[in-house]
Amino acid sequence: MNILITGPAGSGIQTIENLLCAIFKEEYYVFSTKEYMSRIRGGANTTTIRVEAKRVNAFSSRIDLLLSLDHRGLNRLQERINEKTLIFGDVETESRSSFRINFDQIASEIGHKVFANSVATGFIVGFMGGGKEKAEQIIGEFFKEKGEEAVRKNRESLSRGYYLGKEMAEKINFKLEMSPDERVRHELFLNGAQAIGLGALLGGCNFVSSYPMTPSTPVFTFLAEKGPKFNLIVEQAEDEIAAINMVLGSWYAGGRGLVSTSGGGFALMVEALSLAGMIESPLVIHLGQRPGPATGLPTRSEQADLLFSLFAGHGEFPRLIFAPGDLLEGIWLTFNAFNLADKYQMPVIILTDQYYIDTYYHLEPPEKEKFELRYYFEENPSPDYKRYQFTADGLSPRALPGGDGFVCLDSDEHDEEGHITEDRITRKLMVEKRNKKLEKFKINDTINPSFFGQKPYEILLISWGSTKNMVLEALEAIQDKKIAYLHLPLVYPLPETLKEYLNQAKKTIIIENNYTAQLARLIRMETGLEIKEKILKYDGHPFSVEEIEQELRGRI
Amino acid sequence: MGKDKNVAWCPGCGNYSILPAIDKAIDELGLDRRKTVMVSGIGQAAKLPHYTEINYFNGLHGRSIPVATGIKATNPELVVIVVSGDGCLYGEGGNHFIHGIRRNSDITVIVHNNMVYGLTKGQASPTSQPGFKTPIQVCGVFEEPFNAISVAIALKAPFVARAFSGDIEKTKEIIKAAILARGFSLVEILQPCVSFNKVNTFAWFKERIYYLDENHHPEDIKKAFEISLEREKFALGIIYRNKERKTFEENLSLCGVNYPLIKRTILPEKIADWLN
Repeated sequence: MNILITGPAGSGIQTIENLLCAIFKEEYYVFSTKEYMSRIRGGANTTTIRVEAKRVNAFSSRIDLLLSLDHRGLNRLQERINEKTLIFGDVETESRSSFRINFDQIASEIGHKVFANSVATGFIVGFMGGGKEKAEQIIGEFFKEKGEEAVRKNRESLSRGYYLGKEMAEKINFKLEMSPDERVRHELFLNGAQAIGLGALLGGCNFVSSYPMTPSTPVFTFLAEKGPKFNLIVEQAEDEIAAINMVLGSWYAGGRGLVSTSGGGFALMVEALSLAGMIESPLVIHLGQRPGPATGLPTRSEQADLLFSLFAGHGEFPRLIFAPGDLLEGIWLTFNAFNLADKYQMPVIILTDQYYIDTYYHLEPPEKEKFELRYYFEENPSPDYKRYQFTADGLSPRALPGGDGFVCLDSDEHDEEGHITEDRITRKLMVEKRNKKLEKFKINDTINPSFFGQKPYEILLISWGSTKNMVLEALEAIQDKKIAYLHLPLVYPLPETLKEYLNQAKKTIIIENNYTAQLARLIRMETGLEIKEKILKYDGHPFSVEEIEQELRGRI
Repeated sequence: MGKDKNVAWCPGCGNYSILPAIDKAIDELGLDRRKTVMVSGIGQAAKLPHYTEINYFNGLHGRSIPVATGIKATNPELVVIVVSGDGCLYGEGGNHFIHGIRRNSDITVIVHNNMVYGLTKGQASPTSQPGFKTPIQVCGVFEEPFNAISVAIALKAPFVARAFSGDIEKTKEIIKAAILARGFSLVEILQPCVSFNKVNTFAWFKERIYYLDENHHPEDIKKAFEISLEREKFALGIIYRNKERKTFEENLSLCGVNYPLIKRTILPEKIADWLN
């Protein structure tokens, strides 16, 4: 069951989304994602909520039930509305599938227009045959902080909407056959921002400095809220340059710092990214992508910063780039980013996007024991300590200032002690030292691609980041054993096994949310293999299951 | 000089006096050098940490204040001293200078002010005087010089002082007071650049500097501001003091941050607990 709510910014879509998710997530598998305009009031935003008896985690463009808070928002949804779509709320003309319901008026009768969201929520619950008592309980908790009167009025509104929805379902003979699943109660229900935030907490993050920028801000907000409970310093910097430099200062003193930003903010951080490369500082960057160039589409989604994040920074230095495809990977990779940044003394960039950040679904809670914090620094260096001591694998012991040995970092080329040098032999050795750390990572800690399908296969799909679940659901619909799918949570350095997978396919198809097929270009650069077929989308919106399914059916 | 290093400063540079002033200040205060960190940026002044025995983070041009803040906030037991020049801290890092004072981390910021860019061979700095001719400012500087002392007072910095490199003893005393003062302490040190500033020479400074005497009350913000606006002469000493502001680290503690911070010790029972 796919529900879509449309309305202007500030009209309460967010409240309805939160309420419906809170109500349905106790009984069914729920997925929810929003797309919104870069404005505070007005315009037309939507939230898509999927409620299913089985696990659901991908964006579908199909609309079964459409709740309209403003008919002006319906025009832009025409291609998603089909003959079976039921539309309720503010519609221009009524029809066999469009029904005008004035939620504002009902709310006003109860006391104030502000209760319209609860009326609408009740309507959906009633229409879908949900439990009234459970919904009342949840709405009570939701408005608890606003006082008893607010709880009473919102419950009354929910109830009015509920019966209205129930009557409507009876009137048009609608009955949803879906049995609740007990298991969902034991699962987490979270969005991408929370997954990244959770990964950071598990990874021992204790210092966050950032500058607000959509769509990365929810990660910053999540961690700020957790600050007091988890002993976390959270500071809003004057700009992204200050943010990343503070984080580098924190790592130097023994912290585990994170910056959360988007393309434009990351652009400002690039010089300090290069600094991290030179001083061999660990660093974790969450880069929530949005469409560029420049300000681009501030609230929309795209995967166009892969090559930027790979090539950002003057000079040559290694880095790791992760791109979680689902919530579990988001938690796991972010957790891992802190351990690996510490271990390899290099920046780790986690690439997400607006769609990933703002999308919720159920997740089986990962076992806490799998998240083992590992620290790779010396708290008390000896008097003869040299920060950049030459070693076989390029990794010099990283020590914190405060012990017996001095810890000296320099952004200039430096000798083993960290003093400025222009000695040619030292320079050559230092370049090699910094860059060979990546080789050690490849051998010991690489993250293999996730393979879905059966061998042998004829067609291999390849994607990275947030497209994963849409591809998987499309493949489930297609049910063709000739097709296999490879998803890359680690996009740099590319895993060595990638080449074998590509070589086994007769045809390879890349799926990316960008114009220039950046992963395909990277793969060609690194492996020499060209992926000729490309499914690309760059209108600022994520792929839907249906779009990928249609694209694939046309190619097999 | 603490270390037998190949010093990159020009003969006669004011830095040769500032270094011992800082060194003596640290030693006379009895600071443990192993628990002291110098943070510098880029420029000739920023090379200073290399020529003494100390932990240092010699980072990017203009960015030493945020780095110092990150260090101090993460481990408040460290004494953190920023050392860099006027171009670095007032030009490239001007925004951090302003917001660093607002944030009020317990750090000491020593600014070498020679009113010129030395390392890049003589262009104007944010503090160059109007009319100062350079290979870039061929008609002479026409921008208003950045008055860091006034700005710092306007932002109620806890400690605002000015010193002169020609006077090691008095400069040392000012630095000592700055390190002891809680919160953001600014010490601007006037110094001649013997290679690229032929206008603001040692003699030029000598004619214009004067020390504030015991009749000056640094807590008096209006008087301090008035002094900071003087154009024909440069007051030396502690110009402004404000002991009322909480430091960044104190505010963090009030907001629930417990030290020592390093290594996470809070581990809830279930992962779900981390979400709520």
